[in-house]
Amino acid sequence: MNKLLQFSVASLLAVTGFSASADTLSDVRSKGILSCGVSTGLAGFSSVDKHHKWTGLDVDFCKAVAAATLGDSSKVKYIPLTGKERFTALQGGEIDILSRVTTWTQTRDTSLGLNFAGVIYYDGQGFMVKKNSGIKDASELGGATFCVNEGTTTELNLADYAKSEGFSYKLATTDTIAQTKSNFELGRCDVLTTDQSRLYALRTTLKDPSSAIVLPNIISKEPLAPVVRQGDNKWFNIVRWTLNAMLTAEELGVTSANVDKASNNSEINRLLGHTGTMGKNLGLDKKWSYHIIKQVGNYSEIFERNIGVNTPINISRGLNALWTKGGIMYSPPFR
Amino acid sequence: MFDFLNNNKVRFILFQLIVIAIVLYIGYNAINNLGFNIERLGIRSGFDFLDTRAGFGISEYFIDYTIDSSNLQVFYVGLINTLVVSVIGIILASILGLIIGIARLSKNYLISRLANAYIELFRNIPILLQILFWYNLALSVLPSPRNSMALFDAIFLNLRGIYLPKPIAEDGFIWVFVALIVGIVAMFINKRRFAKKRDETGIRTNTIGYSLLFVIALPSVVYFAIGAPMHFDYPSLQGFNFKGGIAFSPEFLALVLALSIYAATYIAEAIRSGIESVDQGQTEAALAMGLSYTQTLKLVLLPQAFRVAIPPIINQYLNLTKNSSLAAAIGYADLVGVFAGTVLNQVGQAIEVLLMTMAVYLTISLIISLILNIVNHRMRIIGLNP
Repeated sequence: MNKLLQFSVASLLAVTGFSASADTLSDVRSKGILSCGVSTGLAGFSSVDKHHKWTGLDVDFCKAVAAATLGDSSKVKYIPLTGKERFTALQGGEIDILSRVTTWTQTRDTSLGLNFAGVIYYDGQGFMVKKNSGIKDASELGGATFCVNEGTTTELNLADYAKSEGFSYKLATTDTIAQTKSNFELGRCDVLTTDQSRLYALRTTLKDPSSAIVLPNIISKEPLAPVVRQGDNKWFNIVRWTLNAMLTAEELGVTSANVDKASNNSEINRLLGHTGTMGKNLGLDKKWSYHIIKQVGNYSEIFERNIGVNTPINISRGLNALWTKGGIMYSPPFR
Repeated sequence: MFDFLNNNKVRFILFQLIVIAIVLYIGYNAINNLGFNIERLGIRSGFDFLDTRAGFGISEYFIDYTIDSSNLQVFYVGLINTLVVSVIGIILASILGLIIGIARLSKNYLISRLANAYIELFRNIPILLQILFWYNLALSVLPSPRNSMALFDAIFLNLRGIYLPKPIAEDGFIWVFVALIVGIVAMFINKRRFAKKRDETGIRTNTIGYSLLFVIALPSVVYFAIGAPMHFDYPSLQGFNFKGGIAFSPEFLALVLALSIYAATYIAEAIRSGIESVDQGQTEAALAMGLSYTQTLKLVLLPQAFRVAIPPIINQYLNLTKNSSLAAAIGYADLVGVFAGTVLNQVGQAIEVLLMTMAVYLTISLIISLILNIVNHRMRIIGLNP
């Protein structure tokens, strides 16, 4: 009876007392761990490696936020989410940050109660076909069956593209990336369409990667961004400046290897918290960005480690190079 | 002062009031809290999204749909896809269940063991796994569109689904339809005539020949007499895929197959328990009276067995309809997949979308329950001395 009473009171409190706290930083600190929403498995961005550890660009970003807020990049709980679960999980407070190849669009930014904290990867939607189909260009795709992932901008872009190009098409829509890939391999569809970075990642996981080619066409802008709940500006600032710190570190040549070396450059000293009050402004320890770079690395390091030209995924920096090197990655100054 | 609390009646009512108060309090707070959080987080709310343009393609639809249709149209597309799968699944599961249920009681050892193995196998594997199994099996064994399996160059089966010729009625086809209805009415009149003859003279007549004459031959004669006013749209390979005809996707086929195979096991068991509920003496009596085994089954056993079997069978129809929402796992465009999946993700209004989806399943379930209650009422045993 006593147990039952306790349970009833607990559930009563759970229902009536629930209201996602407005202060994510305090929540994360009191839990001692960062809950990070990632994909259900996408090589290079967030997937489980053979040692059963999460790795990838998106995963490294989760680690960077954990390093900045908790001082320890390993204090992350990864929560794999499908395309259609991700926003509800964030809105409902199940995760503190969504770092899951999510495209920043006007509608999502303005109507979901969410904020996009800067672009971590500039992507665009592309097509992958079987090599033996002989297709060389997207203009030859009329009448084909497309494999797409449910609940993504991909579905909308494909519909718009087909309409403007005036071709008809068929769809095979699936819920998980794994099923989409398997459908493509088995021939359920002629074309797999999603963000181009993802196509390269998926291609490496095919039974025979050389049996498929990624077409050169790009049909949309897909800026992938980490997402936080709207209304917690402090947390929003932390996530945004975690990304900026990694970009600025690359720009200034600060890496996980040389971060301990003393420098005369005053911006480096401000970035690393040797001078100034940047950590305090964010409500963080003054070594917040030192932890990020020491434990995770700068943007170039996480890019090259996970998806760069020396990995199986083999993506060159392109648009994602720094603004000083022909790309559009640009951080506001640390001043 | 609190003596009245010792009164049983007072306590009874008091506790009821407390429970109601607690439920109302929780409900009020939950809704209030929800409204507060939605506003605080700046999430859009309301049902305006139903009128906005959907903007995405759907893999399979039985009513008009384009990317310019509204989200409300997506809702209807999903609803109809769910109903189509459920109705076809229910029909197939009933036929299969009846056959397996009877086979389970067969005196032939091999047949009854096979039926038993079927039931034990498919009833004890979770339905979601079965759906995924049939789907991935179908995709693994079926050929590409270029190497389709073909039947008479009219029916094609490949990885993209099954393609059937589509009948297209021309002017005058309505008369064939009229002839069919006339034939069906004539069949019933005829059956009644011979039933009367049987009651009066005891002579049984097999009416199947007459029935075929009325229902098949009559419309056929009319059809050819007015110059065959119908043609078929045959599917043909154009580019990547087959065009024309009627197409069903592998997702649809796998889902219908898995749902009906699964539900059939329960239906078979319901039929078996129904048949076993009829006293053995009745079978012996019927056989002793000279009825054949088929006649015994048809005239004595099944009518009584159904009384016991139908309530659980209708419950299985209910389960099948609800299980069809697992379609989302393989990407069939059912209500949960396109509306509670894609639309939800595009507009982000989980509460409104899920409420509408739940209301649909609730309505379908309540309608099936209502049918069950009516059937139960009509099939109840009416005592000899009311």
